[in-house]
Amino acid sequence: MSELTSKTIAELRDGFRSGEFSAREVAEAYNAAVAGAKLLNAYTVETPEDALAAAEVADKARGQGELPSLAGIPLGIKDLFATKGVATTAGSNILKGFRPPYESTVTANLRKAGAGMLGKLNMDEFAMGSSNETSAYGPVISPWRRKGSNVGLTPGGSSGGSAAAVSAHIAPGATGTDTGGSIRQPAAFAGICGIKPTYGRCSRWGIVAFASSLDQAGPMARSVRDCAMLLEAMAGFDPKDSTSLDLPVPKWEANLSSDLKGKRVGIPREYRIDSVPAEINALWDQGIEWLKDAGATPVEISLPHTKYALPTYYIIAPAEASSNLARYDGVRYGLREEGVKTLDDMYAATRAAGFGEEVKRRVMIGTYVLSAGFYDAYFTKAQRVRALIKQDFAKAFESCDVILTPTAPSAAFGIGETTDPLAMYLNDVFAVPASLAGLPAMSVPGGLDGQGLPLGLHLIGNELDEQIVLNAGLAIEERAGFTARPEKWW
Amino acid sequence: MVGMADAGAPFRITGETGEWEVVVGLEVHAQITATASKLFSGAATAFGAEPNSQVSLVDAAMPGMLPVPNKECIRQAVRTGMALDAVINRSSRFDRKNYFYADLPSGYQISQLYHPIVGPGEVEILLDEKDENSGKQIGIERLHVEQDAGKLMHDQHPTMSYVDLNRSGVALMEIVSRPDMRSPAEAGAYLRKLRAILRYVGSCDGNMEEGSMRADVNVSVRKPGGELGTRTETKNVNSVRFVMAVVEHEAKRQVEVLEGGGAIAQETRLYDPDKNVTRSLRSKEDAHDYRYFPDPDLLPLELDEAFLDECRASLPELPDAKRKRFEGLGITPYNASVLTAEVETARWFDALLDAGAEPKQAANWVVAELFGALNRRGESITDTPVSPEEAAELLKLVADGTISGTIAKQVFEIMLETGEAPSKIVDERGLKQTSDTGAIDAEIDTILAANADKVAEYKAGKQALFGFFVGQVMKAMQGKANPGVVNDRLRAKLD
Repeated sequence: MSELTSKTIAELRDGFRSGEFSAREVAEAYNAAVAGAKLLNAYTVETPEDALAAAEVADKARGQGELPSLAGIPLGIKDLFATKGVATTAGSNILKGFRPPYESTVTANLRKAGAGMLGKLNMDEFAMGSSNETSAYGPVISPWRRKGSNVGLTPGGSSGGSAAAVSAHIAPGATGTDTGGSIRQPAAFAGICGIKPTYGRCSRWGIVAFASSLDQAGPMARSVRDCAMLLEAMAGFDPKDSTSLDLPVPKWEANLSSDLKGKRVGIPREYRIDSVPAEINALWDQGIEWLKDAGATPVEISLPHTKYALPTYYIIAPAEASSNLARYDGVRYGLREEGVKTLDDMYAATRAAGFGEEVKRRVMIGTYVLSAGFYDAYFTKAQRVRALIKQDFAKAFESCDVILTPTAPSAAFGIGETTDPLAMYLNDVFAVPASLAGLPAMSVPGGLDGQGLPLGLHLIGNELDEQIVLNAGLAIEERAGFTARPEKWW
Repeated sequence: MVGMADAGAPFRITGETGEWEVVVGLEVHAQITATASKLFSGAATAFGAEPNSQVSLVDAAMPGMLPVPNKECIRQAVRTGMALDAVINRSSRFDRKNYFYADLPSGYQISQLYHPIVGPGEVEILLDEKDENSGKQIGIERLHVEQDAGKLMHDQHPTMSYVDLNRSGVALMEIVSRPDMRSPAEAGAYLRKLRAILRYVGSCDGNMEEGSMRADVNVSVRKPGGELGTRTETKNVNSVRFVMAVVEHEAKRQVEVLEGGGAIAQETRLYDPDKNVTRSLRSKEDAHDYRYFPDPDLLPLELDEAFLDECRASLPELPDAKRKRFEGLGITPYNASVLTAEVETARWFDALLDAGAEPKQAANWVVAELFGALNRRGESITDTPVSPEEAAELLKLVADGTISGTIAKQVFEIMLETGEAPSKIVDERGLKQTSDTGAIDAEIDTILAANADKVAEYKAGKQALFGFFVGQVMKAMQGKANPGVVNDRLRAKLD
């Protein structure tokens, strides 16, 4: 690994601006790293020329007035974001070869900020999965390995390619999307930072939809500061997304502070689960100490509907998905199975061939819960529980400023180890409530478990308060001193 | 078929078991033509454009595309709701209606099932146009906004169908009536009235040939006053005449089925105008489960007071109010009804009044002379070469005795042909009416002298001959004599 690829985005920015190195050198270093890491299967498409082109623009602009915030920074882009002229497949066979004639708002914002693209990052198909094993391109292999083992581990999911790329230093930062933990759980598995902002901060326009009321884009990077920088560039009101928040983007990076004096950290008692490994609960306790050290006061809080969050999520998300994915019908783009006689046969054959098992499972669940006779019992009830979960948080934030929990109930697991879908869904038990409530939440690395695998700590803020999430994340980052890196085996 | 004018006698179908009553409700789909852009995409909506030339990324349901409500469409729906005297819901919501078809790119239609933008309202129809007391209220259950689908073209390729997405995403208002109509005539009157209101408001051009308005016709039959029967729904009927035919045909068919010991299946039917029959399209068992749920891409639609005020203030005078105003001016109920049936006629007539025409005279003239001429010439009021101002001038010439009614007809014909102003025509062609008693007396003397036999008969008591003498004098004077003066002078000479 060259020295340049070890730098954080903030370090790259500063070094580039001070003339220590050129943007081209950065792009070349990363392009080489990407090309040399195919075993990870993190990228589905590599776009070295794109990274170089952005670098050239940055190098030319340097010294000629103010540079945009991400000038000369190459990034990995999750395959869920439409990228103009570059294959965008959501990790699915049904979109194989699809090259959108448009660019998502978030990636367009990043480009406007001067960023280049290293390539498209592998992911669970349509962002449905927690291990990257549902991708049509095959699983991403985590750069991390258990001590003394060469068993392939998952990087988590669905933003598994993003997490693996950032932790393997084949991207300094990446975009992710989070519907029920898809940024935070892989960030925890890969020992990196990842934040999902308040629902509506980032435009969903041009992001292949999974569950519209939950989907939110966010950055994944190696430091809290990098996340703040990236999120500032990604976020912003977009009139093309009706659910986009019409608010100015705060100066998150400039306002970063790990001084938490006077802040109260909520510790939800319902998140203390016996079946969670002791190491994870111990790290949680350690996290409380770190935040105390930063000046915050821990307070016990209650989020009484927590246990209903996962079942609620697995009604609402598949319901929306079953409808969002109806457009993949073989009529206008993507895969079409030929040799059938009727339109219905074409639909059935195309969708049978184009969708993987997990996607089919969720489309079936979603179709079922929306069906006449079941709608009220499932969907309506789930919406009501969702409202209660939101209320839980609203009430909790009357007595605290930020909530601390573990990110995931386990460290990274081996590829193929978790075959029961329900067991897989449990990965997101801590992440899903904040998604249902639309709240900003972040995972920061806290330490390693006994097997040498990263564990994450999870911070949840009140609506629009990404700042406290980032600040508490920074306080943990400073105290955890997490410098572990996967040993290169690829 | 029982006629419209037969308001007193309810429409009944006489079967073997006696009389049956028909119950009709209409679901009218009206395209919002006031804006040339689609409901959620802003793409253009020109009729008859090249296939797939009016399609945005949203309309084609490309991955990651999102709908954004078109404010002008919402405004037009609210204005229409207000014109239907309906409840406007401050908060409404869009739902997805899910089904697979190749003309529906996203696999769902964005509609409003649970919380429509407009709630209950009503429309008054006249069962007898000549009688303003023959009104009947037809309840409106709701009006909601939804997207249209695209169109399949089956005639372009031997084994495949093509898809045209020009209409995909076009804004429709679905206006659902209560089952308040009881005859084909009432259904026709309701549809005509609804169309008039939409056209007054300007939200929909009401052009049924181009598909900007079409109706789903719900029909059931029952013994008069009995329980509601099972209804059928005949889809996409695209003219007033066809709607009436569907009601007629479907009611008779249902009576036959029921009297034959059968049962009516709740089903969707299609109308074949060529054969004038309806055919079963799908039964209730085959009906889709549309899996409606709130569209998570769209926030609830919240309307504020200022927006509602603006909508209300922008409404024009509506047909009923206009009709009543016209009647208040002394215009007969029939004329008022005819003059307000089409917004263009009403506007033209208002302009005629504004130009100073006397209302009763003007109404008679428009209904008899102008409509007659337009019919003859195959023109509509919007393309007549005669302006309301010129017409007012013509009527004034008659009213102040400058020309006679007969001459006025001639002048009007010349106006239609040449587009010249009536006063100019009258001046240049010497059509001015004369009241010059000297000239008239001279003409009368000549006529009486030439018809001495008839004068004798008249004096012997054949009073009816008076008209003959008037006619002869008028003819001799090429219609330009003032008929009043001719009458007076003739009487003086004969009696």
